[in-house]
Amino acid sequence: MTSAGHNFERGRSLLEMMERIRAFEEQACLAAERDKLVLGAIHPSIGQEAVAAGIMHNLSKEDILLSTHRGHGHTLAKGASSLAMMRELLGREGGCCGGKGGSMHIADFDVGMLGANGVVGANITIAAGAAHAIKLLGDNRIVVDIFGDGAINRGPFLEGINWAVVFKLPILFVCEDNQYSATTRTASMTAGEGAAARAASLGMRATTVDGNDVEAIADTVADIAARLRAGGPPEFLHAKTYRRTGHTSFDPATYRPANESTEEEKKNDPIKRQRAVLVAAGMSEANLQSLHENAQKEMIDVLKKAAETPFPASETAFQDVQDIGSPAVEAY
Amino acid sequence: MPKLTYRDASLAAIQHSMREDQTVWCVGEDLGRGGVFGQYKGLREEFGESRISDAPISEAAIMGAAFGAAMIGTRPIVEMRFSDFALCATDELVNQIAKARFMFGGQSRAPMVIRKPMGLWRSSAAQHSQSLESWYVHIPGLVVVCPGTPQDNYSMLKAAIACDDPVVYLEHKGIWDLEGDVDFSKEYEFGKAEIRREGSDVTIVSWSNTANLAVEAAEALSEQGIDAEVIDLRSLWPWDKEAVLKSVAKTGRLVVTHESVAVGGFGAEVVATVAEQAGHALKGPVRRLGAPRSLVSYAPNLEDMLRVTSEMIVTAAQETLKKAS
Repeated sequence: MTSAGHNFERGRSLLEMMERIRAFEEQACLAAERDKLVLGAIHPSIGQEAVAAGIMHNLSKEDILLSTHRGHGHTLAKGASSLAMMRELLGREGGCCGGKGGSMHIADFDVGMLGANGVVGANITIAAGAAHAIKLLGDNRIVVDIFGDGAINRGPFLEGINWAVVFKLPILFVCEDNQYSATTRTASMTAGEGAAARAASLGMRATTVDGNDVEAIADTVADIAARLRAGGPPEFLHAKTYRRTGHTSFDPATYRPANESTEEEKKNDPIKRQRAVLVAAGMSEANLQSLHENAQKEMIDVLKKAAETPFPASETAFQDVQDIGSPAVEAY
Repeated sequence: MPKLTYRDASLAAIQHSMREDQTVWCVGEDLGRGGVFGQYKGLREEFGESRISDAPISEAAIMGAAFGAAMIGTRPIVEMRFSDFALCATDELVNQIAKARFMFGGQSRAPMVIRKPMGLWRSSAAQHSQSLESWYVHIPGLVVVCPGTPQDNYSMLKAAIACDDPVVYLEHKGIWDLEGDVDFSKEYEFGKAEIRREGSDVTIVSWSNTANLAVEAAEALSEQGIDAEVIDLRSLWPWDKEAVLKSVAKTGRLVVTHESVAVGGFGAEVVATVAEQAGHALKGPVRRLGAPRSLVSYAPNLEDMLRVTSEMIVTAAQETLKKAS
């Protein structure tokens, strides 16, 4: 990674994105626990930022992304506004979804982000359909669908991957493996060799990558995206990482060994690893520090602004349900 | 004006819509060879395999993929083969399709038609005979329609394809061969009932094939000097309260009848609305006629135990006309 061929500017940009994701989620957790401003559940991806940053670096705003309930990082990296996202988490006017979706249903169609999803694995078939439409319409976009390791035990995993292979769709499925299905270790509930083996068994090219190595992810996805844009068949990426928090920000995660998370942070934190890469490539400590501080400042400001934003107008509770038979007209 | 079967009327609606709009496409099992009831016959030849698309037996994927495709600029017609099989795609319909536009704050639309052939079809037993329309009415975000005639299966399907909301389109598979005049220029307005027969003595409200039975019942009643008005709701959400209330204000008597289970059925909604908003106009007992809350058998005599017949509708109408003792 630190060889002469290292793309310094890309490396810096990847770190910057990971710092922003981390800072956003740290502020979101504070907003939940300290400030009681986030009232519903949020699912932090702290420790998993490399997956979001590495993949999204290779996508344009026109490309399509679908994500999971743990999707803040993906959404931010796809280009959504941090302020609109924080407003959404706080259920405020001007949130990405007008305060109606919250963290679990965050979406920003303007940047091609077609939604997080509150149902594990549900986006796999929907993402295949987005790719299906792209093929029908004959344009050059690609689709990335990210889901967790728990999703590989749901039916849509089989149905959606089979569908993508059968119809030869321009889609990359990513299993962002944080090793936990809610509060249970995924390995204890999963038969066989896991995500990549299952995808390969359906005839899909499956690549495994270190999910805490942002440069490796960016390199791998650059290759995959090029193949998809050239009309290649759908592909699968298994990125093994680690969820440092509990399932939700309120979950103390007492079900795992006490030192597991701290050990993982020491060895594998993707931000620390990328800082080391950049230092080796000649980045100064001062520059690293300023990346970190800028991200912190952005997200502290964003939380402050979001908290000052009013709640949505009450009539919006009945808007955007449906045009025909709209509850804004008749709800009984 | 051509005479078409209920099946061919739907076929014409799809054909006409697909000619007008390149983004309309159909997806489902066995569509390439015309669909399980022949309701796609010949479309593959005209529109090709990408627009009349076969699918694996993966109802969840058919529904989910069509939804994904609907969100980025196409108008899929989803074929579920039997409404019973659509239950395999319940999360996709109820948690995803119905809710996305709202949850995403209006950023998305799901312009799709979900065709679910329903109803009794001789000796198809408990997993191929259900009528579950009332379930879908309970889900905000969905439009729910139940065409009962060839004309409606043309006009309503065309309107459903052009609609920007997801439309649960419940055809009755017992009447694919039912013939009738179809005027291609007739447009359907969602939520508008059809007065199938005007009358002044009793209002009979129904939908789907039971509306056809209600028309038969009304003819039998007229021979007895009873002048029944038959309202075919056609669409259950939105539904035409005004037409029902207006009719009950005139007749003072109400029968609501449907093939699906009476308990918790949409008939209860119609009766409750009349009780709340026009209770003062009622001159006799209300009758609600649906299937008993039991399961559909294979044996024809047992299957018939669950069937609403025109004779039963006649009896129910007569009962509403009895003077309170």
